[in-house]
Amino acid sequence: MSKDMMAGFELYQPDSVDGAIDLLSDAGQDGWALAGGNDSFDWFKDRVKRPETVVDLTALDELRGVQELPDGGIEIGALTTLTEIQNNAMIRDRYSLLADAAGKVASPQIRNVGTLGGNLCQDTRCWYYRYGVDCYRAGGDSCYADSPQGQNREHCLWGADRCIAVSPSDTAPAMVALDARMVIRNADGEREVPAEEFFIGPDIDIERMTVLEPGDLLTAVRIPADWAGARFYFEKVADRNTWDFALVSIAAAMIINGNNIERIRMAAGAVACVPRRLEAVENAVTGQAKDAAVASVAGQTAVRGATPFNFNHFKIPLLQNLVMRAIRDA
Amino acid sequence: MSDKPTIDNNGMYPQPKYDGAETSVAQIRASRRQFIKGVIASGAAVSGGGVLIGCSSGSDGAAIGGVERMVRLTVNGVERTVDVLPNETLAMTLRYKLNLTGTKLGCDRGECGACTVMVDGVSSYSCSLLTHSIRDKAIMTVEGLEAPDGTLHPVQQAMIDELGPQCGFCTPGQIMSAVALLNVNPNPTRDEVRAALSGNLCRCGAYDNYTNSVLRAAQNA
Repeated sequence: MSKDMMAGFELYQPDSVDGAIDLLSDAGQDGWALAGGNDSFDWFKDRVKRPETVVDLTALDELRGVQELPDGGIEIGALTTLTEIQNNAMIRDRYSLLADAAGKVASPQIRNVGTLGGNLCQDTRCWYYRYGVDCYRAGGDSCYADSPQGQNREHCLWGADRCIAVSPSDTAPAMVALDARMVIRNADGEREVPAEEFFIGPDIDIERMTVLEPGDLLTAVRIPADWAGARFYFEKVADRNTWDFALVSIAAAMIINGNNIERIRMAAGAVACVPRRLEAVENAVTGQAKDAAVASVAGQTAVRGATPFNFNHFKIPLLQNLVMRAIRDA
Repeated sequence: MSDKPTIDNNGMYPQPKYDGAETSVAQIRASRRQFIKGVIASGAAVSGGGVLIGCSSGSDGAAIGGVERMVRLTVNGVERTVDVLPNETLAMTLRYKLNLTGTKLGCDRGECGACTVMVDGVSSYSCSLLTHSIRDKAIMTVEGLEAPDGTLHPVQQAMIDELGPQCGFCTPGQIMSAVALLNVNPNPTRDEVRAALSGNLCRCGAYDNYTNSVLRAAQNA
């Protein structure tokens, strides 16, 4: 393990979002937006990614903090740390799903520095790709995980398209379940993208995990009032409780009337290259009683069409059980 | 008193002088010591070279708008001026520029916790922060915990009283995480201590000893 310096780069510390966007637009493919840095520095230290221009966003205080929106929803600045989200009273009160998810990320020290934007935009953890091999995602012409000897225990059940890596983020499925809107700014202005469309699979672009292009900056996340105070369920299963990425995670939001599931949104993490919204489950349980029988059906529905690889069959019963628990225990 | 060997300025025992050509055991030991000393010195030179290589590649000549390299850092309450490279981590600055080697580098990837320091009172991995990103904040390392008169911080004292560490390499990081916890939660439960130390690995497996130490520190503080 090398302990020398990461490769050199030009470091910029703009004091306005516009300044940051200017720098990132000028740098194009050679630019890198740096927030908490927990994902970035691994790439830099291993010399797998060597941007010439690093734009450090830490001085952009306008991108920090949680505020209430006129409609009763909330807006969270992209640089708000995961610890702040975990402890924020308004988030815990209205969207405890997100506070729970943020609290499951990595370790306390990483949550203290790691940002919401960074957690949502982090790159996949496929170790072949991280190791710097010339796989499809890295612009090459093979997938090392999807081969007879490939170690693919952590890889996907859906959405394989040359690349079989998964979305590693804990907060991403929570954002999909909460129907959050990603606020993206670039030189042309601001736009909002639903969380579900923000994350993209290899079929759309194999070298990116999100719709962000060079010059784009995720500045905030807006969570609509629809799901404020709903019944929530978040569970992450990983090999270790600290540091580790999810093997499967589940995030659910539901409105219960009497014992009936009136409305529900549910998403699973680490089973596809994007947080996978479980629409079939939503449709199957909407209007049904919130009981063990419906929960069981929900679990079976969730795993329909799953296509495992050599070493990740275990993810199917795992997802099935997590969905069942989400309905039963939320 | 008189039979104790004196130690010279280099921290080495004075070398006996030999006049003849015959080689004594003491001489072999001495030359071996010089050899080891030499290896350590050249090892230091190599890592120093790594730092310089990092400096020259891509960061020579300040581009317009890029960061100034001379920064003023507040470390353990003292303001110090340091020449910091754009791609330098806080752990590098602390250990190799400020000689604060109490902060350890284990994995250098934010996966072990040995490099934990406090930045504005918040525990953080110093291997995974650019020094330039936190230059306006107050940095506290394990060296800054003891009182000016040398009295140890309650957590440090409790680590000794409870035999917290085994090999001790992860201890500075464990202590910094514990201090950060006690600053905001002076009376933690055992589970709260475990959660607060969960970002610090101990390969000796002395987790219970560390937890006991922190609980004792909370009692004594």
